[in-house]
Amino acid sequence: MPSLKELKGRINSVKSTQKITKAKQMVAAAKLRRAQAAAEAGRPYATRLSAVMASLASKVSGSAAPKLLAGTGSDQRNLLVVVNTDKGLCGGLNSNLVKAAKAKARELQAAGKSVEFYLVGKKGRAPLKREFPALIGGGFDTTVAKTPGFAEAEAIANELIAMFDAGHFDVAHLIYPTFKSALAQDPTVNQLIPVPAPADAVEADAVVEYEPGEEEILEELLPRYVRTQLFGALLEREASEQGASMTAMDNATRNAGELIQKLTIQYNRSRQAAITTELIEIIAGAEAL
Amino acid sequence: MPLHFELVTPAKLVRSEDVHMVVVPGTEGEFGVLEGHAPFMSTIRDGALQVFRTAGAAPEVIQVRGGFAEVGDKGLTVLAEHVEG
Repeated sequence: MPSLKELKGRINSVKSTQKITKAKQMVAAAKLRRAQAAAEAGRPYATRLSAVMASLASKVSGSAAPKLLAGTGSDQRNLLVVVNTDKGLCGGLNSNLVKAAKAKARELQAAGKSVEFYLVGKKGRAPLKREFPALIGGGFDTTVAKTPGFAEAEAIANELIAMFDAGHFDVAHLIYPTFKSALAQDPTVNQLIPVPAPADAVEADAVVEYEPGEEEILEELLPRYVRTQLFGALLEREASEQGASMTAMDNATRNAGELIQKLTIQYNRSRQAAITTELIEIIAGAEAL
Repeated sequence: MPLHFELVTPAKLVRSEDVHMVVVPGTEGEFGVLEGHAPFMSTIRDGALQVFRTAGAAPEVIQVRGGFAEVGDKGLTVLAEHVEG
């Protein structure tokens, strides 16, 4: 049985924890709205770009296709680009992402392929390094920017494309969280490089004139597409982080409330017990006289 | 007849409106787009996009960097990576 003073100390410490989690929850809720709006605002560009990509890619095929679309002809060396958050306090978001990355790595390794990681964000580094100490390649630090924007996505994409051109890997997969709701953020694995050929073959529409030519436009379009994919992943990450954080902190606040209630009951009980003992002592003393 | 003009960046949809004419800085030279233009696609160089709201009005100038323009039956869509102004 802890003493009254100990109980009081514990109640106070849980109370201050609750204050922190509550504040974090409200911050996350406010940021979530902004992050969600940003993610939605980024969608028109992505949809238009893939529509144009689809119509061009179906025209330019075969040997004329650029390397980013056709690939290196091999799929031996794989690069996993894992997008994690920089900050914690967001529930199981990062561990789910790491789990998805591990599963993908195991699957590729089982198929006899080599795997390397490229890490974006801080939180995935430690768990992945523990599991695959030799496979951690480069990474990109997003902590310097307050809200990662297109400039960061551009920098990541340029580095990846440079690595691809230098022949460091054959296939790159992008692993990032998809924001569904504040309660659900699913890790998604997408092939990033070579750019997957669009599945929906566009009907041969009216004669479109291209300036300069189809190949040149496509060649310029592909890096742009990779950049947009990464930018989308960063936006989704931001929204997911805030959503997960909000939910996790809501739970934490509620748990702290329950704990405070339990401790208060215990505190009152032991205070009552102490008073009763004191009274009994006094009465017994008075009777003995 | 107005031309439907959309200017999109990765961050947001900057413009979506009906205008008279837009002059786009294409890689191989500037070109003006009016309503009923034939389907056309071009990369653009860094430069100024001129938007004429009505015929003869002073153009509104938007600086764009990196991207391409697409003319279809739905109008003109300019996808640019950076937009200023």
